[in-house]
Amino acid sequence: MYEKDGERYFIVDGHIHFWDASPANQANKYGTGFIRCFYDYHQNLSPPEYKWPLEKFEQYTEEDLLHDIFEVGYADVAIFQPTYLTDFYTNGFNTTEQTAAVAEKYPGKFIVNGAFDPRDGEGGLRALESLVNRYQLKGVKLYTAEWKGESRGWRLDSPEAYRYLDKCRELGVSNVHVHKGPTIWPLNRDAFDVADVDGAATDFPELNFIVEHVGLPRLEDFCWIGTQEPNVYGGLAVALPLIYTRPRYFAQIIGELCYWLDEDRLLFGSDYAIWQPKWLIEQFVDFQIPDDMLGEYAPLTPDVKRKILGLNAARLYDLEVPAELAMVSAGTTGPAIGSEPVSPV
Amino acid sequence: MTTVQEVLGALAGVRDPELDEPLTDLGFIAGVRTKEARVEVRLRLPTYFCAPNFAWLMVEGARSAVLALPGVEEADVTLEDHFAAEELSGARTLEQAFPGKSDGDLTELRDVFVRKAFVARQGSLCDALLRAGQTPAGVAALRLSDLEPGPELERCRALRAELGIDTSPRAPAFVLPDGRALDAAGLERWLRVARLVRLSIESNAGLCRALLQTRYGVGGPELVRA
Repeated sequence: MYEKDGERYFIVDGHIHFWDASPANQANKYGTGFIRCFYDYHQNLSPPEYKWPLEKFEQYTEEDLLHDIFEVGYADVAIFQPTYLTDFYTNGFNTTEQTAAVAEKYPGKFIVNGAFDPRDGEGGLRALESLVNRYQLKGVKLYTAEWKGESRGWRLDSPEAYRYLDKCRELGVSNVHVHKGPTIWPLNRDAFDVADVDGAATDFPELNFIVEHVGLPRLEDFCWIGTQEPNVYGGLAVALPLIYTRPRYFAQIIGELCYWLDEDRLLFGSDYAIWQPKWLIEQFVDFQIPDDMLGEYAPLTPDVKRKILGLNAARLYDLEVPAELAMVSAGTTGPAIGSEPVSPV
Repeated sequence: MTTVQEVLGALAGVRDPELDEPLTDLGFIAGVRTKEARVEVRLRLPTYFCAPNFAWLMVEGARSAVLALPGVEEADVTLEDHFAAEELSGARTLEQAFPGKSDGDLTELRDVFVRKAFVARQGSLCDALLRAGQTPAGVAALRLSDLEPGPELERCRALRAELGIDTSPRAPAFVLPDGRALDAAGLERWLRVARLVRLSIESNAGLCRALLQTRYGVGGPELVRA
């Protein structure tokens, strides 16, 4: 819970990691390159007092995690999003099993999400089912740019992926977090294109599709599908840190998101340990759309911030919210703006 | 003999396909070395995992631009600190770089980003006119020859030409990427989207510049004439 100026905020950090990217776990140059890439984002977009040395960033402790997320990070609940990357890291980057081992020690604090990879075929479907049964999963995190042997990525609207989404529907795994990344295959397509989420969201209306990083660097593509598909949500990880280095861009981004989707379909996520939730939450609560942009964008009221910081995620994950804050979470998503936006490009 | 400045001049004509800005302005040129008829160019990108298809377009674009200079017989363009550096630096075709992983050419991909750049840049021209007091109806009635000359208009004209859209002075100033003129009634809606596209490109470019700086500091390219 976070309190400021007499307002209370129930906090769900919708996107955290507990990874091991230590040199000992790096399987090859890609594993080294991957964590260095994360580290550049961390260094570039964090306030100086929140920057870590590379060694700590590669592998931090359980004490760091608890301290940063709950003791100083205000979270009531935090959601582990696994990232397997077993082609890059010998024991995986952060798997469901690894994060579940931590979560089990602190009941009620963490939600553990699973993952699947449609390239795993029949065996993968069984593995998903046992993962869901073992950890009572309500969500999965998918990384379409993940390498696997000779393959360099996959699409969410492929028949193989649909078999897994069918399985999710059957098992009650209703929250599908999708992270786009630079896949190599197919090379003639834009890997960040979120068009495959569009198709899947249409075909699986019972599932919620949370596009991580609000589709960045394709904010416009994400907004277009978000406008059309009421079951598409945006995770604010990566967008939110711009609040510190580029506040006017952040104002425009959050303003556009509230316009094209609405504040009921945006989820706070720190992407810890890339960024520390403490400063993100403090700065977001203090943030307001600059006066000269208020003609174009609606102001960010405490209710809007409450929804984004926790109530929306609480709705998706059936979390209990303190009674005095629960009122504003009752609202359901309003009608999308213009159900068929005509793409200008 | 070709000078490094001439090489940089040629590279200024090569753009990042996503950001629609010259490689030289973005700081993507790590170094240029000339030796008689041979030119070596080293490219660097903001992250180790920058999309390989866009990286390829820049490697290939740089090579073509340098080879087009008079007196250059050999152009060796290498990509540094990238997961596919080896594959992309040595290859002459995309198929050669990633055997079996390329299913078609990149024309359509490039086209998508030319259209996005065009929409974004037209949007900024249009916004400037509205800020200066023009009405939507007034803006929609404008011809290309009515627009204030400047780099933004020049870039718009070049993008029109790439898209096969009329660039004659009497052509409508504001058009959809398929060449149809915008009318006053549709202008506001179109502008809302154009601003979103511009925001996406600009914030992406800002992040790319920042990450490049984190990775390499602020130094310019290393220039060597051997």
